[in-house]
Amino acid sequence: MFDYETIRLIWWVFIGVVGIAFALTEGFDFGVGTLLPFIGKNDVERRVIINTVGATWEGNQVWLVLLGGAIFAIWPAVYATLFSGLYVAMLLVLFSLFFRPSAFDYRSKIEDPRWRNSWDWALFIGSSLPPILFGVLVGNLILGLPFHFDNDLRSFYDGSFWALLSPFALLCGVTGLLLTTFHGALFLKWRSEGVIHLRAVSTINGLGPMLLLALAATTLWVFVGIDRPEITQMVATDAPSNPLNKTVIAQGATWLQHFMAYPWMWLAPIIGFIGIALAWLLGKGDSRMGAFVSSSLGIVGIALTVGFGLFPFLLISATDPRSSLTLWDGSSSHNTMLLAFWITVVFLPIVLLYTRFVYRVIWGSVTEETVLKDSHTLY
Amino acid sequence: MFGDDIVMLSRMQFGLTALYHFLFVPLTLGMTFILGIMESVYVMTGKEVYKDMVKFWGKLFGINFAMGVTTGLTLEFQFGTNWAYYSHYVGDIFGPLLAAEGWMAFFLESTFVGLFFFGWDRLSKVQHLTVTWLLAVGTSLSALWILIANGWMQHPVGAAFNYETLRMEMTSFADVFFNPVAQVKFVHTVAAGYVTGSMFVLGISSWYLLNKRDIGFARRSFSIASAFGLASVLSVIVLGDESGYTSGETQKLKLAAIESEWETHPAPASFTVFGFPDQANEKTDYAIKIPYVLGLIATRSIDEDVKGLKDLREDSVVRIKSGMVAYDNLQKLRSGNKTPTVMQAFEQHKADLGYGLLLKKYTEKVVDADAATIQKAANDTIPKVAPLFWTFRIMVACGFTMLFIFAMTFYYCATRVADQKRWLLRMAVWCIPLPWIAAETGWFVAEVGRQPWTISGILPTHMSVSSLSADQLWFSIAGFAIFYTVLLTIEMYLMLKYVRLGPSSLHTGRYCFEQQHA
Repeated sequence: MFDYETIRLIWWVFIGVVGIAFALTEGFDFGVGTLLPFIGKNDVERRVIINTVGATWEGNQVWLVLLGGAIFAIWPAVYATLFSGLYVAMLLVLFSLFFRPSAFDYRSKIEDPRWRNSWDWALFIGSSLPPILFGVLVGNLILGLPFHFDNDLRSFYDGSFWALLSPFALLCGVTGLLLTTFHGALFLKWRSEGVIHLRAVSTINGLGPMLLLALAATTLWVFVGIDRPEITQMVATDAPSNPLNKTVIAQGATWLQHFMAYPWMWLAPIIGFIGIALAWLLGKGDSRMGAFVSSSLGIVGIALTVGFGLFPFLLISATDPRSSLTLWDGSSSHNTMLLAFWITVVFLPIVLLYTRFVYRVIWGSVTEETVLKDSHTLY
Repeated sequence: MFGDDIVMLSRMQFGLTALYHFLFVPLTLGMTFILGIMESVYVMTGKEVYKDMVKFWGKLFGINFAMGVTTGLTLEFQFGTNWAYYSHYVGDIFGPLLAAEGWMAFFLESTFVGLFFFGWDRLSKVQHLTVTWLLAVGTSLSALWILIANGWMQHPVGAAFNYETLRMEMTSFADVFFNPVAQVKFVHTVAAGYVTGSMFVLGISSWYLLNKRDIGFARRSFSIASAFGLASVLSVIVLGDESGYTSGETQKLKLAAIESEWETHPAPASFTVFGFPDQANEKTDYAIKIPYVLGLIATRSIDEDVKGLKDLREDSVVRIKSGMVAYDNLQKLRSGNKTPTVMQAFEQHKADLGYGLLLKKYTEKVVDADAATIQKAANDTIPKVAPLFWTFRIMVACGFTMLFIFAMTFYYCATRVADQKRWLLRMAVWCIPLPWIAAETGWFVAEVGRQPWTISGILPTHMSVSSLSADQLWFSIAGFAIFYTVLLTIEMYLMLKYVRLGPSSLHTGRYCFEQQHA
């Protein structure tokens, strides 16, 4: 079967796929939730907006759960270090996600306007805070985090929550929010008619340039302003996972040099920009599916840019470069990776197949008539 | 190593959030199956009232499911946030089980739950029925994977320590999957979930019958719940997880603690029904014993001993000493001394490495522990007896009370006089909380009984925590307390509101509150 080195690379790709699937699907759920209180001016309009994602948001959220589970299984050291190190930030993500299931399910169960309005804002918080925090997280992955391992491979975090909020990371947070909101507006436009459809179009029109600007600023900052550590002496790529066996120097190179060394990597940011720009141009016009697909492509490009830029690192330690985790020395055992590989190869297609079935069944524009007709069943 | 307060706060947070999550899980497990049964009857008979039943009980299920999803997220985050060393140490085994749960169970239930609610007009009858059953299968599969993971924590098989990566690694997935402790745990837990769903439907239907409203609707719900409940409660009791207590040292310790069995008695062991465990003096006061029964339960024979706590503790002393040798040789291996003598000594003792780690609580170096320290660590291997003794008995009492209720309701349903037995209906209403009490006490026994380990015999609890400060823990505990209290209040409010509305909440015009002004 696959040797240890190959399966480690395969899993780097797989986890990337799961991460991208999360960004693409829960991304538009977050966006729709963020836009809810602004695009929906009255109760029926808001119900229309909620029901464009009502039947499917739960399945989409599983990509996040699976992302956590896959990192636990494949890169246990990353899971342990990241979640415990960024303790307060992770709990804020969790707490904001708490708002979502109950907001969706409880909102329309009582007719009181104050009750419904409160849940709408709860859904707004639960949909806008996570993308900001995930953006900040990605920013800090790029900057490197202050952590180290002791000899028992216990990880210690040497920073604080507030230190995560550097200007660069905050810019990434804003970009994250703009990205999901833009993506969500495109989805909403696709699945709605009339006044909501028109408001979605004008949102796309307004957000497009802001998002492109934010992306340009982030990209420029990364390529010009941020150093990247370099591994000077790597252990074999099929050796047992122990990060302390390698030697790393901090600030070995810049991101620009890294991309210059492998010019084909430029494809990723190019796809990212073209995808988003195209989505904006198409989204302003009549295109529904085309614009949404373009922005999905843009998100893939952005995710690949980060992944390529970090490769082979998973977590860079800013304070103890040797403790940095790479896909070669932060993984689980060969056995476990093969087991998880087979489970994924069997179940990923099945999941995609029935997810497609569900979308096909519920697909179609959600309108005020739909909501009023099934008033006691729909969200 | 870490202050006791960090360990204590981490345990408290995990315990509370896990018990809280398990307020919603068993009802989800049970309700999805009951919905599947009701809808099957609907598809077979074509009677609308069964469709209304699926929709109404489905509404209550939905209110509960949202909380299950919310609180379930916490648990996935929490292994990493609060038990980072645990995650590093056993992620190789525990992680893939969680990932498998994601692929096979979470996707299934979460993808189809939307269709269950919103797919009525878009699917054929049989298609919708399939969706409902897939939802039920998904929830039970979820229980399967997480209980295999938990079973592995109770009785770790199919894994070995790797000195190069300093963690446990999976050696046999088949051993992990077919772990006998995990398998009985799965059956016991899902059946307990089915009981919870049945008790919920039975109790609420009884309340409608007592109030003489929605009789046809309530009577049909009542019969399904009583039949399904009887089958389930019998499974819980007969296939109880007691049979799992025979495998492995720590499981034996747990059993002895549950029975407050300090001494090893000659076979066949008697069962202590009642008594007052006295941890300090290591005895049980006022014990009422039934001869033979414990021997039968624990060994399925009348000629095997059941070891008492004191003897089990002596076994721990031996293993701790062996663990010190393992630890000593591990240090040598890591400093580069890989001579055959060291390798061989390590291999020979590495099964006891975890027992050596118990000493870390008292001495960082482990190998310098004296006899008194070893004794202290051995004492730690005995869980607190009294809480286990009592919670176990509360669980069993709840179980048998429910057996009585389901047996009676089933009998009276069969003889078609259930509506007239008002004492039984009243009892069913009052006993709605019992399955939750049983489930929560059951988890208490399972998890507190495993102490001082997170992974029995492998990794002590005090080593498993993250490198956090008490402030961070207080922040998260306060956050959980606030969110969970507010959410539970809202959930209970909605649940009671919809229970009172009953099937009239479907707005079909056929039910109580609707006929007068319809």
